[in-house]
Parts: sequence; C-alpha cells; structure tokens
Amino acid sequence: MDWQGQKLVEQVMQILLLISGVVAVVVGYATESFRTMMLIYAGGVVLATLITVPNWPFYNNHPLKWLDPSEAEKHPKPQVVAVASKKKFSKK
Amino acid sequence: MHSFGYRANALLTFAVTALAFICAIASLSDKFSNQNPSAEIQILYIKRFKSYGNDEVSLTLDINADLQSLFTWNTKQVFAFVAAEYETPKNSLNQVSLWDVIIPDKEHAKFRIQTSNKYRFIDQGHNLRGKEFNLTLHWHVMPKTGKMFADKIVMPGYSLPDAYK
Repeated sequence: MDWQGQKLVEQVMQILLLISGVVAVVVGYATESFRTMMLIYAGGVVLATLITVPNWPFYNNHPLKWLDPSEAEKHPKPQVVAVASKKKFSKK
Repeated sequence: MHSFGYRANALLTFAVTALAFICAIASLSDKFSNQNPSAEIQILYIKRFKSYGNDEVSLTLDINADLQSLFTWNTKQVFAFVAAEYETPKNSLNQVSLWDVIIPDKEHAKFRIQTSNKYRFIDQGHNLRGKEFNLTLHWHVMPKTGKMFADKIVMPGYSLPDAYK
C-alpha cells in the first residue's frame, strides 16, 4: 500500500464506521430495537473490515518512483568530516 | 496503515470506541422517556396470624400493576417486589419481602395477580398485632447498557388484626 493509499484507507475506515454508527442509532431508536442497532453496526464494521483491511489494488495507484541506482553513482554522498563540530553539516 | 495487522488494529480500536459511544447514547436516550407506573394492592384476607416465637402472618394479596412505561428499547428486564414496611420500637424501618417477579418484556408488565405471600412474613418479635403497615412496590430496571436504577410506590394504610387467629 502506497502513501496515498494509506491516507485514503484511514479516512474511508473512519467515515464508514461513523456512518454505520449513526445509522445504527437512528434506526435502532426509531424501531425501538436494540438488536437492530447492534446488527446494523456489526454489519458496518464487517463492511469496513472488508474494504479497508486487505491490500486492495486501488490503494496502490500512486507507487513511489525510486531513482535509478545509476543516479546515486553520478552524485556521490559528501564525505563525512572527522571533526565533531562539523558533523551536522555533513549530514545534509 | 502500512500493514495488514496495523490496519486491522486501527479498525478494531476505532470500532470499539464508537461502540462505547453508541451504548452511551442508548443509555442517555432512556432519560427522555417518561415513566408513570401505577400499582394497587389489596389484602383479600388474612389466612393465618400466629406467634411461633415470632409473629407470622399468611395473607392473600391482589396485586394490580402497570409497569409498561418502564420499558424502553434499552430495557433488558425489570425486577419487581412487594414489601411490607412498618416501624417497631427496635427498628425504625422493617422491610419484609412478600412477593416478587421478574418481568422479561413489556407485554408482561401489566398484570393482575391474586396470590398468597411467596415469602414468609415474619416479624422480629411480637409487634404485629394491630400494626399499621405500608405495602411498597419496589422495582429495579435493568437496562441493556447503562446504569441500573430503582424506584418504588408506597401504599400506606394497611393494618393487621388485634388478635391472633
């Protein structure tokens, strides 16, 4: 799962659970049935699990593009300087 | 959100938190139901009134109660009991449970029953002759989620005969 997919999956999960919770309370209260409320919410949780927990292909539409290894050879890392006070700069 | 286990954990945590809120809302909704239970109890006759070391009374009650308004969508069951309550020189309040019932649903919450006392009505001592007492219908409402609560209806003005029989 790529970065965009992870952001999307978190939002989808929260929205699905909140909607199923609200629907469950409203329907349960309207029909005066605690059981209906729990069944609707359980259905919502199962649906959210199926949609968000497996790594579906549509969460991988924005793969990271890594640079080719040859690029790293063309731009070698700066040499680490032995002096402690200059270490900060070398890390850039 | 990068792995299967992490997503499963996040979903479960959020789902259970939301479930706690749902239960809290269900419990809160009970506060907005208006409850007006009613009860009426008659003593049909006193079968026996003797002293075996302590005074004991056997009697037949006619209990007429309507507890339907106690039932909401969040009520699991209601426990109700009838107690005789009176004062003696030793104790400022004596409560003797005479009869009880577990009401499982709204359909059974309106009832009329003629019954002898289910539990023995025995005093601590010899204070029952000519005693004025209350019959009190207590009830405990057991909700599916939330706090259990209790209330009662006190019916005064009952009295026992002056002599044993």
